[in-house]
Amino acid sequence: MQKANRRGARLVGLFLLGCLLFNYPLLALFNVRATLFGVPLVYAYLFAAWALLIALVAIVVEREG
Amino acid sequence: MLQGWVIVLASFGYIGLLFAIAYYADRRAQAGRSIIANPVIYSLSLAVYATAWTFYGSVGRAAGDGVGFLPIYIGPTLIIVLWWFLLRKIIRISKVNRITTLADFMSSRYGKSALVGGLVTLIAVIGILPYISLQLKAVSSSFQMLLQYPEIVMPEKSGLVTILQDTAFYVALVMALFTIAFGTRHLDVSERHEGMVAAIAFESIIKLVAFLAVGLYVTFGIFDGFGDIFRRASARPDLAGLLTPLTGWTVGFADWVWLTLLSMFAIVFLPRQFQVAVIENVDEKHLKKAMWLFPIYMLAINIFVLPIAFGGLLTFPEGHVNSDTFVLALPMAFHKEGLALLVFIGGLSAATGMVIVETIALSTMVCNDLVMPILLRMKWFQVAARPDMAAFLLDIRRWAIVAILLLGYFYFRIAGEAYALVSIGLISFAAVAQFAPAFIGGLYWKGGTRGGALAGLTAGFVVWLYTLLLPAFAKSGWLGSGFLDPGPFGIGLLKAGELFGLSGLDQITHAMIWSMIANVGAYVLVSLLGRQTAADHSQATLFVDVFSQTGERGLVWRGTTSASALQALLGRFLGPARAAELFLAYANERGLKSADALGADAELVHFAEIQLAGTIGAASAHTLVATIAQEEPLSIDEVMTIIDEASQVIAYSHKLEEKQQALEAATASLQGANLRLQELDRLKDDFISTVTHELRTPLTSIRAFSEILHDHADIDPAERQRFLGLIIKESERLTRLINQVLDLAKLESGLADWQSAELDINEIVAEAVGATSQIFKARGVSLDTRPAPWVRSVMADRDRLMQVMLNLLSNAVKFCAEGTGRVEVRIGEVDGMVRVEVLDNGVGIDRAHQALIFEKFRQVGDTLTEKPAGTGLGLAICRRIIDHFGGRLGVESEIGRGAAFTFTLPVARPGMAGAKAENT
Repeated sequence: MQKANRRGARLVGLFLLGCLLFNYPLLALFNVRATLFGVPLVYAYLFAAWALLIALVAIVVEREG
Repeated sequence: MLQGWVIVLASFGYIGLLFAIAYYADRRAQAGRSIIANPVIYSLSLAVYATAWTFYGSVGRAAGDGVGFLPIYIGPTLIIVLWWFLLRKIIRISKVNRITTLADFMSSRYGKSALVGGLVTLIAVIGILPYISLQLKAVSSSFQMLLQYPEIVMPEKSGLVTILQDTAFYVALVMALFTIAFGTRHLDVSERHEGMVAAIAFESIIKLVAFLAVGLYVTFGIFDGFGDIFRRASARPDLAGLLTPLTGWTVGFADWVWLTLLSMFAIVFLPRQFQVAVIENVDEKHLKKAMWLFPIYMLAINIFVLPIAFGGLLTFPEGHVNSDTFVLALPMAFHKEGLALLVFIGGLSAATGMVIVETIALSTMVCNDLVMPILLRMKWFQVAARPDMAAFLLDIRRWAIVAILLLGYFYFRIAGEAYALVSIGLISFAAVAQFAPAFIGGLYWKGGTRGGALAGLTAGFVVWLYTLLLPAFAKSGWLGSGFLDPGPFGIGLLKAGELFGLSGLDQITHAMIWSMIANVGAYVLVSLLGRQTAADHSQATLFVDVFSQTGERGLVWRGTTSASALQALLGRFLGPARAAELFLAYANERGLKSADALGADAELVHFAEIQLAGTIGAASAHTLVATIAQEEPLSIDEVMTIIDEASQVIAYSHKLEEKQQALEAATASLQGANLRLQELDRLKDDFISTVTHELRTPLTSIRAFSEILHDHADIDPAERQRFLGLIIKESERLTRLINQVLDLAKLESGLADWQSAELDINEIVAEAVGATSQIFKARGVSLDTRPAPWVRSVMADRDRLMQVMLNLLSNAVKFCAEGTGRVEVRIGEVDGMVRVEVLDNGVGIDRAHQALIFEKFRQVGDTLTEKPAGTGLGLAICRRIIDHFGGRLGVESEIGRGAAFTFTLPVARPGMAGAKAENT
């Protein structure tokens, strides 16, 4: 029960992190003329943050317990 | 190569393959070896979210504003993080209550209200029409484009051709037939659609593969990787702005946030998402994997959206190619026929997947929550007259599917051309978002009422109609645009696109803001102001507290019916064999051999209702069961009565508990009393045995001496005289003993006769000394008395006090040595108590025996070897007498140093004599 609660709390934390990552002002910070491996920074950021969020959710959910 | 027949053949071949998969999955399901019961298939079926909108529209949107396509997928990714709470709860509730659709869920939550279910269905059907038209548009235009190969020609506007010449019309018809064949084959309508889910999962793979294929080809075949595309784009001045798409956003972020929120709602409340995520869910645990597998799918299908969009913009710089068709136009432009066909199939699978699940879900809603509740209320419609309701239900659903697709087609003809794909879809998103307040409120807030739900849904839907749907009609010229500008009746504040002067926003954002304010506001306000009905409240508790419920439900139901009537009713919908099977299983579960033995109690009625709900929805099931179960409606007063009764029971049990405690206390004190009684009984026995022993001793000697005198007549006269003297002495002792026993009994029973009077203690002492002086003289013991005339008088019985004094004095003389013995009597007054001491210089009393000598028959010394010098009752009597007058009798002594017996008596107060006399 306690483990399930902790997982719940972590998921809520990830949700809040996601809300922060995909919002003003963080999003605006990457809206500059620069590229990462040839990809405009803002696009690279969006997809990287997206992938990171999914990875974190997978870790929290799949962790034994 | 890409002639029309090739495309049609490929399409039907693909659809045939889907049927094969569905057929196989159904067969496996019947055999009990489901192929969809795993989290990967579940995740893939969730990907029905990616429709032709994703397949064609995302690129179109990206080519327009760069990032605008992303919130549609980021929103779901975010809300899915919370699915562990949200969706798990929805799934649990749906399984417990056998919910079949979103409308069913809402109606069930708000007191099984048919009105709520009907309204939700209406909103869902009207709201989803644009979305379906989007699919028709995408499929028909991609088909037309492919037909023109190798030319790249934009499809003609459908308004310019007749319906019978319109490809979209035939697409709609084929899809309707396809869906009917898919979703309404089974007569057993209560089962889930395993075959459909398997086919949908397969379609999700095909559309992903097709999109990735075209993405890889564009990125690495036409161009030289991601970097190359973006570098070339940055060289084009008209595209450079798309590389920093957020520049100059002021309200842009608001649009971004609202779109994210909108798609959060959509992923839960789109009827097809609800169908696959909740209704078709096999196991709650599948959620865990789906929570990251499905977002990965969304991420994967979006990776190549930007390269294709920029690739399209670079390849077709003239702008004559609609960006919504880039996905297909690019392979065509580079003469990749096979890839173009794969793209078409991918788009087809995205569209058919959506249409199948959406129309099945909508047709179930229309049948269960719109048509059936109305039919059941019609007098002429008699369920009893229709033995095979299952076939009837399926017919309703089939017609509903045809109607929905045709309506979708007409929406496409009326308004479909004016918008890009994504914009059409967003209108539908905004419509289903209207379910969010009442749905989420119903899930977590028990206070949400039926009235509130109806008000919120209506308010939100009306605003949606006014700000999104009607403008869409107006834009295509089908409706006068006067209400857009200058506003209805010329009132500028009511402009449909700039309501109350709110301007500068995207029309979706604008509509969402106003509809949510209206919706949430009405829902909360009406809920707070209104009162919940009993049914409403019981369902609210059932939904909100679903995780804290055990299997047993405190079901409140009153009414009359029979088990066989319920079984017959079920039989009409599920088939008599299935109904019999269910009832038998239910009976067996309760340890009964056959269903005939079942009593029609509340539990059975609930069981039947739940089974029916799986087929026709909660509201209709409730109505139907009510028709035969003749349930008397439960008013709020009655619920209150039940609650009152319950609290009375609680109060009673409290009282019982108190009583029990009192009883326990009483038992404890009784036990104590019993112990005391046993002790007293033992003491009485001891007393009697002691008394008889004491009586026997003098009797034995009297008898012995008498026998000697009787048997020996010739005895010496002097001897005879001595014997007679002993007999007299023993007789006296016996008399004294009996007198004392009687005296003690009198004292103990409280029957003693007390004559209280004010007495001078000196007088008593002098009298006692006088009475005993003879004994003292005989034993040669000196007696010394010191009178104390200043001592105040005491309140006591003269004779009794004399008795005490005589007893003490005779005891003193008894234990003093003859000749050298000396007894002294002292009189004094200490602390308001008159004190008399009798001191001797006799043998003394061991400290250990000092407490015992005041008990009955206790004598110091070995009673076996020494002849007792008294009865053993004297001191016991003395103590009782002194106690009676409120004084105290005690002894101080040491072996060999004499003893000092002391008693105290309270000083008499004036007027006490009368009071004392009265009391006794």
